[in-house]
Amino acid sequence: MNISKDLVAASATPLVLAILSEGESYGYAILKRISELSGHELQWTDGMLYPLLHRLERNGHVEATWGESETGRRRKYYRLTQQGVEELASQQRQWQIVDSTLRGIWFTTVDAVTQGY
Amino acid sequence: MEREKILEARIGEWRTYLRRRQAIHPVDVDELEDHLRTQVKTLGEAGLDSDEAFLVAVKRLGDLDSLSREFAREHSERLWKQLVVSPAAGEPLSAGNREAMMAVGLAVAASIAVKLPELFGLKIAGPQADTSFYARNFSLFVLPFLAGYFAWKRGLERLGLYRLAAPFVAAALVVNLLPFQPNGHTEVLAALHLPIVLWLAVGFAYVGGHWRDHDQRMNFVRFSGEWFIYYSLIGFGGGVLMACTEAVFKAIGIEVDAFLQTWVLPCGIVGAVLVAGWLVEAKQSVIENMAPVLTRLFTPLFAAMLLVFLATMIWTGSGIDVAREVLISFDLLLVLVLGLLLYSISARDPQARPGVFDKLQLLLVIGALLVDAFALWAIAARITEFGFTPNRVAALGENLILLVNLGWSAVLYSRFLGKRTSFAPLERWQTIYLPVYGAWAGVVVVIFPILFGFR
Repeated sequence: MNISKDLVAASATPLVLAILSEGESYGYAILKRISELSGHELQWTDGMLYPLLHRLERNGHVEATWGESETGRRRKYYRLTQQGVEELASQQRQWQIVDSTLRGIWFTTVDAVTQGY
Repeated sequence: MEREKILEARIGEWRTYLRRRQAIHPVDVDELEDHLRTQVKTLGEAGLDSDEAFLVAVKRLGDLDSLSREFAREHSERLWKQLVVSPAAGEPLSAGNREAMMAVGLAVAASIAVKLPELFGLKIAGPQADTSFYARNFSLFVLPFLAGYFAWKRGLERLGLYRLAAPFVAAALVVNLLPFQPNGHTEVLAALHLPIVLWLAVGFAYVGGHWRDHDQRMNFVRFSGEWFIYYSLIGFGGGVLMACTEAVFKAIGIEVDAFLQTWVLPCGIVGAVLVAGWLVEAKQSVIENMAPVLTRLFTPLFAAMLLVFLATMIWTGSGIDVAREVLISFDLLLVLVLGLLLYSISARDPQARPGVFDKLQLLLVIGALLVDAFALWAIAARITEFGFTPNRVAALGENLILLVNLGWSAVLYSRFLGKRTSFAPLERWQTIYLPVYGAWAGVVVVIFPILFGFR
């Protein structure tokens, strides 16, 4: 199924923060993880992850260090900061509200449909 | 192995392509490259050959336009090309840093040089100031350092260094040993013309001694224009700083005027010459050149002004008054026109076809030629009536030199507009002509005082 662009964009920040809360990671691995988690339903244009990571870095939610990849090339690793942890918690609460609201209304509509109004 | 090589070459191409995007910095390119390589490797393990893997990986990164737009949104400051004076974080201490130290060091040295004569009782400012000494020597306090900077930067050979030193030494001897009458005409003329000679000597260092190379000469012309703009900007900033300093100190009842005049002003004037020179070198490839932009802006305005002036002069039938200030303002006007011509030539793509702007340029040159001819006429009339004076002869010579340049430029321009020649001869003509200015200025400095008995 094709998920709308707006929704992908909106969910990007909490997703990346959540993945980084599992531990330090880098661009390619983050994308792979997103793909796994969503059962390949969430498709990103790979390059777009990087400006997002840079924004999170600028806002202090993550910090970046240059390390080495297994082949010895330069690789930029990202790690969640304390501020990032807080941001993730706040995002979680927001998404939970959205989620429960949607569930509530869907439940009643589904009820309404089944009851034949 | 062959495939490896092809892949490397493709990644290299991709990198260069990406680097052209202003919003994507080299470190970001590194990061994206790491992504690309990992992707290619994973796809390769899944069974794609390296060619296919590369194509898929590039495609998945997204098209470059939207990618760089996304980067630009995140890093909007990057759209403003920044002249980063201190190296960016994470980059190794560059050669640029060493250059900055050199430039600042030389600026300090020049400041010391300009203050040194005070130790021998030659006051630089105030009522007892030896204006005559400082006027004659001013360019000698600073231009040798600028020349030294370029000699160092270009790695001038020993022979080149001797050649470079020669005009400075000769100039120092001439202006200090000849028995000038203090504040006489020939002395003022020498003080005005010496910087021109020495600026060309700086040019010799700038081009690393390859003064016969016409492309290099043109580069020096470009440098000079940019330098002038930077110097003006620094000067403006310095003026504001001094005015503020004076005002705030006045508020607490302390007069710093004398200190500013004797220390800040002279040191600032000479130091800024070096800092401006270094800045132009440092930003060469970073920021768009300003001189050609200003040229574009002012060429039509100057052309209009000249035409209106000529029309008014013919209409009212009034001749040019040959007072000294008038002559100087005419010379200045012609020098400005020449500058406009020179900078539009220096920035023009020689391959471009003649356009409207070239016609405007020709109009400007013809307008200047006519004004120049009128001025020459007036000077010649004055000389036949009242005889030779240093000022008149200097003005005559300068006008003649400019007349020759503008005249031949007009011929070349009309040939170019008539599509009979390419643009190259025009460019060449300007660079061929450069030493003429130096030679004439040299004559004014050395021969005039002797010719006119140091009046």
